[in-house]
Amino acid sequence: MIKIKAKDVDVFYGKKQALFNISLDIEENQVTALIGPSGCGKSTFLRCLNRMNDVIDICNVKGEILINDFNINDKSCDVVRLREKIGMVFQKPNPFPKTLYENVSYGPTIHGMAQSKQEMDEIVETSLKKAALWEEVKDRLHEPGTGLSGGQQQRLCIARAISVRPEVILMDEPCSALDPIATAQIEELIDELKKEHTIIIVTHSMAQAARVSQNTGFFHLGQLIEHGSTDKIFKNPDNKKTQDYITGRFG
Amino acid sequence: MNKNKEQLLNKRYKAEQRFRLYGLSAIFMALLFLTIFIFKIFSTGYSAFQKTWLIVPVTFDAELMMLDQNPSKEDLQDADYYDIALKSMADLDPNANEDQENELKRMVSYFFEKEIKNELLNDPNLIGKTKEVYLTASDDLDQVFKGNYPRDLPEDQRRVSDYQLKIFDQLVANGKVESKFNISFFTNADSREAELAGIASSFMGSIFSILVCLMIAFPVAVLAAIYLEEFAPKNRFTDFIEVNINNLAAVPSIVFGLLGLGVLLAIFQLPRSTPLVGGITLSLMTLPTIIIAARASLKAVPPSIREAALAMGASRMQTTMHHTVPLSMPGTLSGTIIGLAQALGETAPLILIGMVAFVNTIPGSPMDPAASLPVQIYIWAESAERGFVEKVSACIMVLLGFLIMMNLFAQIIRHKFEKKWS
Repeated sequence: MIKIKAKDVDVFYGKKQALFNISLDIEENQVTALIGPSGCGKSTFLRCLNRMNDVIDICNVKGEILINDFNINDKSCDVVRLREKIGMVFQKPNPFPKTLYENVSYGPTIHGMAQSKQEMDEIVETSLKKAALWEEVKDRLHEPGTGLSGGQQQRLCIARAISVRPEVILMDEPCSALDPIATAQIEELIDELKKEHTIIIVTHSMAQAARVSQNTGFFHLGQLIEHGSTDKIFKNPDNKKTQDYITGRFG
Repeated sequence: MNKNKEQLLNKRYKAEQRFRLYGLSAIFMALLFLTIFIFKIFSTGYSAFQKTWLIVPVTFDAELMMLDQNPSKEDLQDADYYDIALKSMADLDPNANEDQENELKRMVSYFFEKEIKNELLNDPNLIGKTKEVYLTASDDLDQVFKGNYPRDLPEDQRRVSDYQLKIFDQLVANGKVESKFNISFFTNADSREAELAGIASSFMGSIFSILVCLMIAFPVAVLAAIYLEEFAPKNRFTDFIEVNINNLAAVPSIVFGLLGLGVLLAIFQLPRSTPLVGGITLSLMTLPTIIIAARASLKAVPPSIREAALAMGASRMQTTMHHTVPLSMPGTLSGTIIGLAQALGETAPLILIGMVAFVNTIPGSPMDPAASLPVQIYIWAESAERGFVEKVSACIMVLLGFLIMMNLFAQIIRHKFEKKWS
């Protein structure tokens, strides 16, 4: 089933066009990887999906992005509601400089998801469990989140993102600041999370894309060169550029 | 080739050594000036914390005080103390003629009558008895006792006569002169008499001014900073505002004084010489300082924190209030305290709005006339009497102590509450 449907998306930074005519369908409960060389626009596209580009004054997004058949670029779309449904994990772990508990409970608090302390405790616990962090931190929930290791911080950020039960999780190079062991943990986690969430992950590592994703989109110079099932893209791409990038001839 | 390289290396080492030497001598110079400055102030000022008292036997003669038998409290309040006060001073020298009696009277402060009255009010049983009472010595004798008075000047160039010195020396020899900690320096308001002048009025005036300044400048500045940093679009207009705020911080303080005079006093008819007007004027001065500090510390909050909150579905307002502002508070607060410390030391604008007036009452609210510490320094430094010289230094010491405490507090806030982000 198709969860997100992007139609002719153009993005401009001031006068410079960063994305050209992107049309891409994203399947529900699957992992879609966006790959491509640096500066190709894959992160920009990802940030279109929860309208994080709004924060940048000079950024201008055109085209339609339908999530559950609702155009999020429409004026009637409320970004707060949208971002409640579409969580995001960033390149660098960015926990709030607060306690672990406060980090995870922040989303449910502002969206009024828990009626009692008990309910909140439950949300925090399940979120941390889903993020495979519970066992490591259950005794120090009230210590600052910034005191964790990099990999733990990133999993904390994932726990924070899933605490509001988003339908979609956007991940912007979530492992680029992590060591191989932490990376493996996160990848395992992504595999687990796709049962309940639709995941879109931007990555520099083709190996990672091959490992975690079912679908892959290849971006180059602001254009979506090719997209399809990961198997096909990696084994038998249609486009010469994709072939060159996959085999490491450029990028 | 090799030799050349060695030369270059030597040169580099020498340059570094020279540079270190320059740095050290600069620090040494700065410390030297500071030491001289502080030494000068302390050596002149420390004696102001001591006060000289004459111990004079006073006979509480009911007849001279015009008191009946068994006087009530009110009677004691209304009694006439001038005569027994005069008499007890005159009795210091039984052979004194009328002129000399006058000189004897001037050996103590004009407050002596009240000091005697208080003694009796504390203990009504003294009526008819004689008791040795502590009387504040005149400022000149105070200086004589402290050794600051040029006794060897010819008599006609001194304010203390030979006769007064003779009696005073007798009292000293008899142990009837005592030096005690000068409480009245902290509890009295200003006075024309150096021996009675204190900093209570100006101290309270400074406190009230700073409070008014804080209450106006802090919320306005913080709101302005938050709006400019987090909400305002970046365009020519906001650039223009930013440039002007920076300019405002560089405007000489006396200009703000003129503004206070022209607008607050002339147009709004606020009461002259009050900490209210002083505080408002100072807040205009402090405003840009706090705005700049608050913006800097808002800028220092990493954008990743804002993105994290926004991506969680927090509104812009929630992001700002839940994350950015609390994280920027330590920087904002220490900037505020430093701005207030500047305002505390400000003199020129306060002189213009009339806080330089002679105020001999202690203000109970920001609406009462008052001086402020730096203005008090200015007023005393202008006075001719020798007794005020040490008061100026003492007042500077109090002001400096105040400022050091505020800056220390700012440092503590900065270090203690600064968040470390990964």
